[in-house]
Amino acid sequence: MRVMAQMSMVMNLDKCIGCHTCSVTCKQAWTNRSGTEYMWFNNVETRPGQGYPRGYEDQEKWKGGWELGRNGRLKLKAGGRITKLMQLFSNPKLPGIEDYYEPWTYEYDNLLHAPAQQDTIPTAPPKSLITGERMDIQWSGNWDDDLGGTYLHKDKDPMLKGIEDKVQFEFDQTFMFYLPRICEHCLNPTCVASCPSGAIYKREEDGVVLVDQDGCRGWRMCITGCPYKKIYFNHQTGKAEKCTFCYPRLEQGEPTVCAETCVGRLRYIGLVLYDADKVTEAVSVTDEKDLYRAQMDVILDPRDPEVIRGAEAAGIHHDWILAAQNSPTYKLIKEYEVALPLHPEYRTMPMVWYIPPLSPVVDVVRDTGYDAEDAESLFAAIDALRIPVEYLANLFTAGDVPTVERVLYRMAAMRSYMRDINLGNAPREGIANAVGMDGETMQEMYRLLAIAKYEDRYVIPVGHHESAHDLESTGTDCPLNAPGGPGMGMSLPEESMGMSGPGFSSKRQENAVEKPEGVRINLLNWDGNGRPEGLFPSPAAGTA
Amino acid sequence: MNDTTTLQLLLWVVFPYMVLAVFVLGHVWRFKYDRFGWTTRSSQIYESKLLSIGSPMFHYGIIGIFLGHVVGLGIPKSWTQFVGISDHMYHLMAVTIGLAAAVACVGGLMILIYRRRTNRRVFGATTAGDKLMYLLLAMTILCGVLATVVHTTFGTYDYREGVSIWFRQFWTLQPSVELMSQAPIFFQLHVLSAIALFGIWPFTRLVHVFAAPVGYLTRPYILYRSKDPRKEAERRGWEKVKF
Repeated sequence: MRVMAQMSMVMNLDKCIGCHTCSVTCKQAWTNRSGTEYMWFNNVETRPGQGYPRGYEDQEKWKGGWELGRNGRLKLKAGGRITKLMQLFSNPKLPGIEDYYEPWTYEYDNLLHAPAQQDTIPTAPPKSLITGERMDIQWSGNWDDDLGGTYLHKDKDPMLKGIEDKVQFEFDQTFMFYLPRICEHCLNPTCVASCPSGAIYKREEDGVVLVDQDGCRGWRMCITGCPYKKIYFNHQTGKAEKCTFCYPRLEQGEPTVCAETCVGRLRYIGLVLYDADKVTEAVSVTDEKDLYRAQMDVILDPRDPEVIRGAEAAGIHHDWILAAQNSPTYKLIKEYEVALPLHPEYRTMPMVWYIPPLSPVVDVVRDTGYDAEDAESLFAAIDALRIPVEYLANLFTAGDVPTVERVLYRMAAMRSYMRDINLGNAPREGIANAVGMDGETMQEMYRLLAIAKYEDRYVIPVGHHESAHDLESTGTDCPLNAPGGPGMGMSLPEESMGMSGPGFSSKRQENAVEKPEGVRINLLNWDGNGRPEGLFPSPAAGTA
Repeated sequence: MNDTTTLQLLLWVVFPYMVLAVFVLGHVWRFKYDRFGWTTRSSQIYESKLLSIGSPMFHYGIIGIFLGHVVGLGIPKSWTQFVGISDHMYHLMAVTIGLAAAVACVGGLMILIYRRRTNRRVFGATTAGDKLMYLLLAMTILCGVLATVVHTTFGTYDYREGVSIWFRQFWTLQPSVELMSQAPIFFQLHVLSAIALFGIWPFTRLVHVFAAPVGYLTRPYILYRSKDPRKEAERRGWEKVKF
């Protein structure tokens, strides 16, 4: 057993409202430079839809990910080492800029310098950011957002293959949901395997997949390799760039920008421990439908004493093991088994997981006049509504419908179970039992999915880059710098260091004003006189 | 042998050695200060169709030509005669293989230049350095083809008795100016423009030649790196420091 720690994310798709705040904040943080205009490290797709770049999931066309060779061994779908080197001069499976979109700006100067009292209204025509010439905008990152252009493009979604006849007439009324995507930070990443220069790597400490910008030589094989098309080619610098999982923030214990700014609070970030020795075996299972189970089995129980021993032997720090034990993603993936990987059939072991949306089903039940929160009618609807379930199975379980159904049952049961409690009725244990859970676990899951606070959603241990200095034998740090020691006055002004500075999150927790326990503030009942109960902390004695 | 003029000395001795120094030191400098810029600067994302024909043609052609130069310049006539390859045989091989490589290379280059000039996206990403590089590269290749056709195939000049010897002398630091100054004009132009190309090489995208990823053939597929620089040092042949 070789225990490794992996930072992972879970997104609860029921909560995504498709506002693109994650995409925009990510772009502002990472890809607002020239050459990166078309890069969306985080993007939000409307499903059914083509995704970004268009139709990226069609691996018969793009050849991303791994496949099993005739001898049953894992191989790169786009060809192995020799093939790659032979194709260095022209990659036959590289998406062109037109598969993304040609980035543009507007000639704002026309507006700013329009003469006063002009007869005609000045306009700002679009201008290509690649050629600098005026252009006709044809497509963009989320042109088919909210099923825009549905009738023109509906059959182009690769995930509709095999079920298109059922969907053609109904799907614009039946279901739609949003799928936010970042790099999957896979356990078995094809981008890493495809890079001829060896510039892409998985970070040993937290499994984040990064591109060494000084090592990248622009052979662009990673773009083909990644089946999620989450590596982009910077057309100015000639280098590959990708989602970094906001590693500078993670190292300080802060969540990624996309998660931090998520309006629906649907993202969870935490550690999982996995057995690196088992990965190859797990991704080589013959039946694609077994891949989800195989991936689950690679993830280790962080409370198992043997796993803890293994983790310590692998040099994983104690606070990281604790963080893995409190990880919200571990709970959603392994304990409640409601999170599913995106496209396990690519055999890369993606580490961004999704709770499939129940909302499309609920909407249909409500529209038909039935009680949309009743477990029975929901279960029946999940069974009856083959289209969304089969579609979700194409996305999350390589087409295995029962697994998706099981997850949706659990989500439906949770709604039903919690409604009884919210209405003051006796909770019905039978609902929980019907989906293989008990009432207590169901309530825990409800709390994690519905009301989890910041520190419950993001359990991110601070990175250990300090150890090299602290070691007695290397000793590059001043021993007088101990808390309260004479060196303490010389610490750096942390507030001045960028957005947050080192240790910002822990400090924020220390400095946070304690809220009164158990007091609910209701300003509707406040008569306007005096201080509303509980809104402010009680003034400390001796201060004005 | 006193008819060596200053100009000829400059052209065939001083200039080549100067360029050699620039070539070597230039690459060292580039690697040290601009590793980030050490890339192919591929334009495939802008245009793929013409590139998929032109680029492999050109690259495989020029690799063939490079190997031909290694043989033609590096191996003395006496060696090939010793292993029993007659001059006629050698010449026949050189011309046929060389011709095939030259057709691929020149054809590919023409497609690539056409693409670069006519595709607005690609042309927009072309720097002044690229243009100079293309000019020198095209000139070198053109003069090389002309030299072979005019002076060797239809002429009587044997470069293995002239230019090749000068080339080997160059590396033993005893270049004789006469061998070059008496070579036919297209050979002279070919060598001069090649030397100029080597002079600008380290400062252009041609550095990507020295990024050829041969290590990919032997390394494991999945790579891990540590944040901790001490772990980075744990490589083959490195003894771990025991505290």
